[in-house]
Amino acid sequence: MLKKNGVLRELVTNRILFLMLLPALIFFLINSYVPMVGIYYAFTRFDFNTSLFNSQFVGLDNFKFLWKSGVLARLTLNTVGYNIVFILLGNVLAIALAILLSELRLQWFKKLTQSIMFLPYFVSFVILSVIVYNVFNYESGFLNSTLKSFGYESLDVYNTPWVWVFLIIIFYLWKNIGYSMVIYLASITGISEEYYEAAKIDGANIFQRIWYITVPMLKTTFVMLLLFALGSIMKGQFDLFYQLIGNNGVLYNTTDILDTYVYRSLKVTFDIGMSTAAGLYQSLFGFVLIMTVNYIIKKINDEYALF
Amino acid sequence: MKIKDDNYMKWFRLIAFIVILISTVACLFPFLLIISASFTQNEAIIRDGYHLIPTVFSFEGYATVFRFPKQVLQAYGVTTLTTVIGTTLGLFLMTMAGYVLQRKDFKYRNFFAFMIYFTTLFGGGLVPWYILMTKYLKLTDKLEVLILPGLMTPFLIILMKNFIRSAVPDEVIESAKIDGANDFTIYSRIVLQLSMPGIATVGLFLALHYWNDWFTSSLFINDTTKYQLQYYLYNVINAMSFVAQMGSGTGVSLGSDMPTESTKMAMSIIVTGPILFLYPFVQRYFVKGLTIGAVKG
Repeated sequence: MLKKNGVLRELVTNRILFLMLLPALIFFLINSYVPMVGIYYAFTRFDFNTSLFNSQFVGLDNFKFLWKSGVLARLTLNTVGYNIVFILLGNVLAIALAILLSELRLQWFKKLTQSIMFLPYFVSFVILSVIVYNVFNYESGFLNSTLKSFGYESLDVYNTPWVWVFLIIIFYLWKNIGYSMVIYLASITGISEEYYEAAKIDGANIFQRIWYITVPMLKTTFVMLLLFALGSIMKGQFDLFYQLIGNNGVLYNTTDILDTYVYRSLKVTFDIGMSTAAGLYQSLFGFVLIMTVNYIIKKINDEYALF
Repeated sequence: MKIKDDNYMKWFRLIAFIVILISTVACLFPFLLIISASFTQNEAIIRDGYHLIPTVFSFEGYATVFRFPKQVLQAYGVTTLTTVIGTTLGLFLMTMAGYVLQRKDFKYRNFFAFMIYFTTLFGGGLVPWYILMTKYLKLTDKLEVLILPGLMTPFLIILMKNFIRSAVPDEVIESAKIDGANDFTIYSRIVLQLSMPGIATVGLFLALHYWNDWFTSSLFINDTTKYQLQYYLYNVINAMSFVAQMGSGTGVSLGSDMPTESTKMAMSIIVTGPILFLYPFVQRYFVKGLTIGAVKG
């Protein structure tokens, strides 16, 4: 009797489905769930020669050090700060460009410009670092050679931390704007012409039509993209930051995020305990943040909640 | 009233046209700079800096790269291999998982879907994962390590699941079952045929990930013959040991007056090449797939 609705019964009747799902389950088990055990390293003084649970237990020392040295506060501020700017500016600009593009009539021009704006999304971050170096390096960068030819002094961009706040944002937008624009453009194309016709008959001008029809219709897409972005707010754009800044210590204050710190501690300074601690903090902080956001969204509008 | 509105629109369209044009140029401009620099003589770059149009035209950057093509071709080989295998295998496994997770008669679909989704909420972080890979699974310097970790992502599985749900009606699966087809046959004969746009989109995401990956090499590969293309380029640019790398193993010692700046730029073009070449063909499917996903979303 028990077996009729039990796990075993289900395993037998749907064995093919189980088998088809199995590779994915094994993959996530090894790739995602097993490393969770390694969180223990955050509470030890790491020693590569001994096994995980033989390493010396030091309690919260790693966290205490990170907290006292001010590293955690700076990293959190940078990680969250950049992400908020990315999300807000990225979406607003993508929406604006999508609206403008949708109003154009020349079909070939629309297709061509859309393709070109989407192009940077396909290019690797290594190439992005080449581009940035090409434009901003001190001796031969495009910026400085242009300045020189007009008789101005050269700028030492690679030694000026505050500039990179803007550069990182600009190049984030450069790389991602075409992608989100295409998604918004798709949503705009999906809006029925009838709404606009009716609005025109009522005498609404173009700005009124955009504000009262297009923008509200994009809300679903916006919330969807926003939620995806919020989900990874603690995982900053590692590739972007690391490829632009690398190990240039002069710029850490304004450009170091949790991901770059963890990577550097692992690969450059070999500080495994500290690195795991920072990683665990990132995971926990992110987890709490997502749960809170999801809870709030669920209260406001159940349909938009992530889960 | 109508005429007045049309006048208005003319101005609006003109402004829209100009804004779009400026944004497009801004997106294209950096590429032009690199292309130009790759065709500029190295001494000219060092003397005059980078310009939009080559000051002294030259092919020497490309010539240098192809004087000892072994390393570049090796990196190309590794990247092509990992991209092809990773994308094929990843697509196969993710479409299967997506198909199973959307089957309404599969009792534990929500439980398993959440298990997969949960990994995006919380994880062990980079370091425990790195230690697992190197110390316990011993994957350092193995080609598998370049392929396996990127095979599946929760995001793409969910995308695939949603796509299959909307592309394959339940009745089709039901009637195939009544006709005696087993679940795998239904998947391979029906589901795969009906979800082509979704598969193309997910496949492109995956292929792009493999082609542009430098991170996995940087973590796990010490053997230079197994570098991915992007990581090879990264090293050429950052280590400044280009000459040494090119000359090593060939027995030829190279002078220090190698055209490094223009060579770096030529390398960048060569590395990006296939994408820039394929882009016009690929882009259409990508936009189409995304469009379907977004409108449904």
